Amino acid sequence: MLQLHNATVTFSAPGGPLVRAVDGVSLTVPTGQFVVVIGTNGSGKSTLLGSIAGTVRLDGGRIDVAGHDITRWREDQRARLLGRVFQDPRAGTAASLTVLENIAVAACRGRRAGLGWATSGSLRGEAARRLAAVVPGLDARLDQPIGSLSGGQRQIVTLIMATWHRPELLLLDEHTAALDPAAADRVVQATARLVREHQLTALMVTHSLVQAATLGDRLLLVHRGRIALDVQGAAKRRLAADDLAHRFDRLRSADQLDDSAARSLAELYV
Amino acid sequence: MITLLSTWTFGLALGFVALGVFVSYKLFSFPDITTDGSFTLGAVVATVLLVAGVDPVLATLGGMLAGAAAGACTGMLHAILGIEPLLAGILMTTALASVNLVVLGRSNVPLSGVTTLLDRAEKALLPLARLVGFADAAAGEAARLGFVLLAAVAAVVLLYLFFRTRLGTAMRAGGDTPTMARALGRNTGLLTVAGLAIANSLTALSGAVVAQYQGFADVQMGIGMVVWGMASVFLGAALVGPVRLGGALVATLAGSVTFRLLVAAALRAGLNPDWLKFTTAIVVLTALVAPRLLVRRQHVPAAR
Repeated sequence: MLQLHNATVTFSAPGGPLVRAVDGVSLTVPTGQFVVVIGTNGSGKSTLLGSIAGTVRLDGGRIDVAGHDITRWREDQRARLLGRVFQDPRAGTAASLTVLENIAVAACRGRRAGLGWATSGSLRGEAARRLAAVVPGLDARLDQPIGSLSGGQRQIVTLIMATWHRPELLLLDEHTAALDPAAADRVVQATARLVREHQLTALMVTHSLVQAATLGDRLLLVHRGRIALDVQGAAKRRLAADDLAHRFDRLRSADQLDDSAARSLAELYV
Repeated sequence: MITLLSTWTFGLALGFVALGVFVSYKLFSFPDITTDGSFTLGAVVATVLLVAGVDPVLATLGGMLAGAAAGACTGMLHAILGIEPLLAGILMTTALASVNLVVLGRSNVPLSGVTTLLDRAEKALLPLARLVGFADAAAGEAARLGFVLLAAVAAVVLLYLFFRTRLGTAMRAGGDTPTMARALGRNTGLLTVAGLAIANSLTALSGAVVAQYQGFADVQMGIGMVVWGMASVFLGAALVGPVRLGGALVATLAGSVTFRLLVAAALRAGLNPDWLKFTTAIVVLTALVAPRLLVRRQHVPAAR
């Protein structure tokens, strides 16, 4: 379970005005819910995710994950509760280490590392099993540097690493945006599968309208640091990619978006 | 013969610097200038302890500990105060110049009349050296070489084992991709501090061994050591090509010996010793650029 209470993040550009990147957001994501987050560039969706991950400090409000008030926890401390996948495949894996060594680091998430042998036989067996279950053949590459894998394969390994120990919350920060469409599709399928298998609570930021419509139990549209649209339950299941375009139009007519924002949304998602 | 043995011994003793630079620069991407200061620190601390009558093993360990502390300080300047790696190392080495002078008391202290680690090792390994076929003075030199070789191999094995543990693997991950290590719960600042402590304890060990080998400590002896270490790391990498952790550690040690042999050959061929540091810089530059040029040439036909 994730709870944001009146979360606020303010940036000040040098010489410029203060910008409320996250403007008093309150949100409750119940355990097991898969939330998809969309919004324009600069809407605050990535800042929102960063404030949960610990890369951005809140200057007001509070964040609870699984009953822990993590507002003042460091990024590495929050990792005890969180699994994360980044937009850049290179950010989530250490290129010079082998696939198995990367997984070994993930197997220590939230635990003391200690002086045990990192790539033990039991870890190797478990890693091979979990990799092969998602991508047949990937288990044969355990001893290769992970930098030799394609971006899509690296993201899938990162997903497996992030969920190696079941996280209380999985944060996916546009994790298919840097991939070609075919690879993005495979990563999306792996994501849906892992979320379902581990019954994960997840927050996924995406730029893909199709993903926003077809994935998850709930859709949030972030605009100007606030949640402008929140669709869940039966309404979310009925939602199609085309519907989202209409939703944007309706938002505009309700004057929650100005024309330029609506245009940039339409360009991005339609 | 003795000169050749001595060149090997020196190359291996300085190999600890190369291993230290491998840890800081290759594993942590941290160009650590502290190396110059911590090499001297290890030498002066060990020397002062030896002169005070401390057991050679303890004196050498004392030098290593001092080096580890210096490395940890540089790490903290970077991790806690956010100072850039190069600047943090420069500040630390500048500070260490005074520390070294104060610890040693004057600019140069001989180890005459003191039993050093190498004297002890020579006594222990002398029968073995004679058995292998060395005689007279060469036997003593061979015994000392044997000891330094054993110590260097032990360091490579220990480093390999440590960096394959869970903690060591997390350190390598943190040095390679800090975002990944933090997202998986590792305190990358702390890992950098630990990594630089390890690196500089190796460098200080080198200083301590060199001081005991040459029979004196000098406050100037660390100048250029970071470049020596880098030259060895690059030369080693150029010798063996892309390899895993174990191969890279062995290559680094081999790089140090090779470089020392090259320097000795150049001096024998008539190189003016004044040009030694200049030559070192050129070798580093060549080792840095040559692989890149070779790779580029290979890729040109396949370029898309």
